[in-house]
Amino acid sequence: MPHFTKPAEGSWTEHYPELGTQPVDYQDSISPEFYELEREAIFSRTWLNVGRIEQLPKVGSYFTKEIDAARTSIIVVRASDGEIRAFHNICRHRGNKLVWQDYPGEETSGTCRQFTCKYHAWRYSLEGDLTFVQQESEFFDLDKADYPLASVQVDVWEGFIFVNFDPTNTTPLREYLGELGKGIEGYPFQELTQVHKYRAEVGSNWKLFIDAFAEFYHAPVLHAKQAVSAESRKLSERGYEALAYGIDGPHGMVSSWGGMAPPKDLNMVKPIERVLRSGLFGPWDGPDFGEMPPGINPARNKAWGIDSFVFFPNFMVLVWKPNWVLTYHYWPTSYNTHIFEGTCYFVPPKNARERLAQELAVVTFKEYALQDGNTLEATQTMLESATPVKTFPLGDQEVLLRQLHHTARAYVSEYQQQTAKTPVKA
Amino acid sequence: MPTPSPSLPTEFADLEPYADWALQGEGARYDKRLASTMDELQAFYDAAFPRMEAAMSYLDQYSLDALPDDAKHLLWLYCALITASFPVEVWRQPRVPDSGASSFDAVLEPAV
Repeated sequence: MPHFTKPAEGSWTEHYPELGTQPVDYQDSISPEFYELEREAIFSRTWLNVGRIEQLPKVGSYFTKEIDAARTSIIVVRASDGEIRAFHNICRHRGNKLVWQDYPGEETSGTCRQFTCKYHAWRYSLEGDLTFVQQESEFFDLDKADYPLASVQVDVWEGFIFVNFDPTNTTPLREYLGELGKGIEGYPFQELTQVHKYRAEVGSNWKLFIDAFAEFYHAPVLHAKQAVSAESRKLSERGYEALAYGIDGPHGMVSSWGGMAPPKDLNMVKPIERVLRSGLFGPWDGPDFGEMPPGINPARNKAWGIDSFVFFPNFMVLVWKPNWVLTYHYWPTSYNTHIFEGTCYFVPPKNARERLAQELAVVTFKEYALQDGNTLEATQTMLESATPVKTFPLGDQEVLLRQLHHTARAYVSEYQQQTAKTPVKA
Repeated sequence: MPTPSPSLPTEFADLEPYADWALQGEGARYDKRLASTMDELQAFYDAAFPRMEAAMSYLDQYSLDALPDDAKHLLWLYCALITASFPVEVWRQPRVPDSGASSFDAVLEPAV
């Protein structure tokens, strides 16, 4: 018997008939060739979140972002007019990487009045215009106006900065994020300026980590040892059911219960959680932001605890009931490796008590993520093995995984059809 | 050699034997946990846990951006207690079960 109502079709999966119910082929997660197609079809064409506006507090604030999946590095900067701009991180003179510190492959950030190349001191304004050429008279008919930095489409949604590497893209960001994005507009993300960010190099295809965080079916099992034993037994007997799932275009969301902040029974939680009034679901005494945007807790269930939004391809936003936010990014570095970023956003703590409550939520997240990350490598190696097991049944609580792989395959397939029509230039 | 001055507020002199846990940065606190035995983690927990409510009341008299050094150390010691509490309260081993060699590194966190 389901604890929570499912759609009239009998399951969430069948509510979205294009997804089918058959076992899923995971070839898309182990094929170097498929990954090369994903780089073109997905990461070079869709809107990608690269940061938040708070990272660029004033004119001249900038950060760089390495995006291996799109074969580039970019500079994101707040220009003189206060607008945010993005450029490919390459000097127009001889192709040197323009902004970096000590290690060319590492990301950096700071504030500057202009960008100066380390190689021959060519300078660019914050708007990307070439403003100075060392020994300009040595060059032949050089018009500086012909050599601005190569710009990248950039747009901001709810304080999140996105870029799109397809110069022919005509889909505005807000339209791309669709109904699910629209549904959480107005959430006070800008109030959550206390940031803890983590990074991990993970030995799996990027989609496998999204798989892990787009379902909670695994939680009572893989993370059983995280909870006190009576609670752990109860969770695993009950299993997991979401309150609701939502799919719109390439994006998805899962809405989940979460009775742990605060728990009904204090014996359910660990001693340190009782003293600090915090845990996996966050500090129990979070800020009151009043009424939530309509996209939060779509089932309007009193047991609601967390909504996880999966914005294709590689950005997740988790909104927790005690009003803190966790974002996930998955940046592919090859078909079977990626860099995972997990960032926790809280309101700035007013005192040490609140600071410690947030610390407990953050490090609890870390311990769960360590178990998740390690399990992914175990999955990747076996998917790649010669074992004659190639397709896998996905349950109804795994509908977002089915959707993710379906979407990735659809983007690649559409790209292949388009490029097949375009004659290759010699 | 001069005796080093106590690093924690005098009200918490009883925790001075564990002052080496007062480390800035989650990564440093996590590394110390992995380098500790369960006996060491248990001893730190047994000494510091019962004093946590008192420590929070003490720290709450200050604004977070104006913590004196000794109070800052006390705050970090309790951040470390959080890190040390997982093995003591649940796992009985310094590393979370089934995490193998995976790592998860703090790249940005509050200064205090």
